[in-house]
Amino acid sequence: MTLQELKVGEKAKITSVGGEKRFRSRLLDMGVTPGVELYLRKKAPLGDPIEVTIRGYELSLRKAEAALIEVEVVK
Amino acid sequence: MKNFALAGNPNCGKTTLFNSLTGSTAHVGNWPGVTVDKKEGRYKKLDEEINIVDLPGIYSLSPYTPEEVISRNFIIEEKPDCVINVVDATNLERNLYLSTQILEIDVPVVIALNMSDLMDKEGKSIDTIKLEKELGVPVVKISALKGEGLKSLMEVAYKAAFTPRKGHSVIEDKSLLHLIEDVRIAFEGMGVASPLFHAIKLVGKDDIEVENHGNLVSMVDQYKANMEAKEDVDFESMIADARYKFISEKCSSALSKHEVAEEKLSKSDKIDKVLTHKIWAIPLFVVIMFFIFHFTFSEDLFYIGHIGAAIAGVPFDEFELIGHAGWVRFLSADYWTPLEELGGMNGIPSIGVFLQSWFGLATGSIITGFESFMPEGQWYTSLVIDGLLTGLDAVLSFIPQIMILFFFIAILEDSGYMARVAFILDRAFRKFGLSGKAFIPMLSGFGCSVPAIMATRTLEDEKEKNRTIRLITCFSCGAKAPIWALLATVGTLAGFAGDLFVFSIYLGGIAMAVIYALFMKIFSKDQYVSPFIMELPSYHMPQPRNVGALLWEKFKHYLFKAATIIAAATMVIWFLSYFGWGEDGKFQFLVFFDEEAGEYVSRIDLSILSYLGRGLRYFYYPLGCLPGGWTYGEDGWKYTVSTITGLIAKEQVVDTMAVLGLEEGTLSLSAAGVYSFAIYNLFTIPCFAAIGAAYGEQNRKQFWLTMLFWFAISYGTALVFYWLISLYEVAWWGGLLVTLALIGGIVFAGIYVTKLNKRKALSN
Repeated sequence: MTLQELKVGEKAKITSVGGEKRFRSRLLDMGVTPGVELYLRKKAPLGDPIEVTIRGYELSLRKAEAALIEVEVVK
Repeated sequence: MKNFALAGNPNCGKTTLFNSLTGSTAHVGNWPGVTVDKKEGRYKKLDEEINIVDLPGIYSLSPYTPEEVISRNFIIEEKPDCVINVVDATNLERNLYLSTQILEIDVPVVIALNMSDLMDKEGKSIDTIKLEKELGVPVVKISALKGEGLKSLMEVAYKAAFTPRKGHSVIEDKSLLHLIEDVRIAFEGMGVASPLFHAIKLVGKDDIEVENHGNLVSMVDQYKANMEAKEDVDFESMIADARYKFISEKCSSALSKHEVAEEKLSKSDKIDKVLTHKIWAIPLFVVIMFFIFHFTFSEDLFYIGHIGAAIAGVPFDEFELIGHAGWVRFLSADYWTPLEELGGMNGIPSIGVFLQSWFGLATGSIITGFESFMPEGQWYTSLVIDGLLTGLDAVLSFIPQIMILFFFIAILEDSGYMARVAFILDRAFRKFGLSGKAFIPMLSGFGCSVPAIMATRTLEDEKEKNRTIRLITCFSCGAKAPIWALLATVGTLAGFAGDLFVFSIYLGGIAMAVIYALFMKIFSKDQYVSPFIMELPSYHMPQPRNVGALLWEKFKHYLFKAATIIAAATMVIWFLSYFGWGEDGKFQFLVFFDEEAGEYVSRIDLSILSYLGRGLRYFYYPLGCLPGGWTYGEDGWKYTVSTITGLIAKEQVVDTMAVLGLEEGTLSLSAAGVYSFAIYNLFTIPCFAAIGAAYGEQNRKQFWLTMLFWFAISYGTALVFYWLISLYEVAWWGGLLVTLALIGGIVFAGIYVTKLNKRKALSN
């Protein structure tokens, strides 16, 4: 599944990061790398973008961008 | 003198550290070619004075944002004597990611572990000795906020600056290291400085590196081809992973575990729960915005005057607001006198309006002072009073509101709320190709375009920033209000009451802003939407020092602009309106003594400007500036001249019209003419002060495009509306038909171009 489909309050582990080079590099630089765990903290009032806790800080990204990140839910 | 550079993530406390170290010696400029702030200052507490350059806050040394390119080029090309890498101890993992890249450059590095006092408070501690061992460079604990550890940081950095350092990498992956070493040797052979840094960047297929050293790319590709057999490899991802692996394995052990803290909500989390709440976030934002603009631009603070008048039964159209005098009355015993006896109202102005009014009083008395001793009717008197001082007044009057608005913006930025504003509004604004943060400059536009344009600096994306600046004129600023008030008195506004007309102008401006935004988005050559990958920093108390430094910088920046281009432009207009060919045909100063009236009169109708107006009038013919259109008779040039003097300040439009005899009752415009003139003045090139602000925020090409854009939308929109309304006046069904055809045409063109863009995007 992708990060876009994750529900608020769920934890997941990143399995792969896709998208075009510029976008992907940015994500990697921000610590969104395969293998790291994240937590979907909330969605913005209008439903998009989303906020995740990753590597100890808060990161926001759009749903369309989250759709390019493959994750698996961690119980 | 030694040069030190401060580098670090955004929100790591770098600005606070820079302000503490440099104090009043700091000055802000621009990095060449981009509108990113370049801050420099001096540290004087060592034997030798140190020049400190504050590099922009970045997450990486990759070439994806102008900030990253600046920092990277500065460290590699300018070769500072030492790089002080500021690391937020409360967010060690991501902050150290940048450190691992800086360490690869051949430059002395010292790590400043900021906010370590907060760590101690939370019961966590960082083993700096272990961290030093892992990173191979000195680590100094500091608290930029409390000013702790700064002296020892600078001493350590000063010492480090004397020993050259070779870059080293934290990457431990064997296969990667092998390749990196090969490429590094190649770079070294070519005599490139910091070969290790370049090698790692090239292996990661970094754009700048690939472009500059394309000849070495084949080396990486070949190596990759040999590896491919084993697995699907992606060096960039491997490098990022290797850095984080090093940090979590080696450096996190320097940090005593912090899992307990994650469970309970911090103060910041609690604030965030309210401010980004599903239901309350947007209403709260509206309330916060309301108060900011109310405090900056309101003439009647908390509507005390209106409420008082309502209670006393004074009709709203009978009282007037009394500006800063409202405060004087508020503080005097008179305040509680019943309103009927005062015959006025007891409104007190907001702090912004109060200061502006006070500034006006100050410049006004300076002007009166000069008038009292300078001989009347002389050109040099006019130069000082009508040129210099009037220009100065126009420019200075913006300062209070700029300062107040920026005070609030600085607080929003520094507290971490601004990032949430973007988060909350992104979805609504993205559709129009704008960022959620564009809301603040656009709303400020209703008060004054100058601070509004300056406020676009909070937008990271250059494209969104340019678009936002261009849309600012759509939001009718305070100085344009007298124009609407005057036009509202025109009798020919068939069926439109005056207040409805003014309302339609404000609302129409917003509606057109949406249309122009869509237009810019759809017709943009570059359809790339910058991703919204943004850190939401923890909330914290805004630092008075940071807010103060920002205000001081804005003040200096604006004053400098005012002293140069704004003043020069104002003088040109002064010359054009006070010199020309008199009735005797000679070129002269155009203020004469009128025997009958017993006073000096200015004959602007003979000035160079009036001739310019007479000539340019033909250009405005299509907008209805012709006999029978904007005006009946030969008055067209007067409107043209007024729009030109409006460049000094928009208040000048009405002033000039009055001088030329166009006042309430003498305006004879058709409804189409009223709208055409109003629309042109609303959207057109703003005053010199706002032009100056745009000049400071955009690069040359974008600035001229902005000027062109302003002119095009004002001319085009006025043209369309003039003919449409004229048509309605002749035959309503004809007008309706053309309106529908026009809307249909625009929608069709929009859809067509969007499809074309999509197809282009797919084929790429």
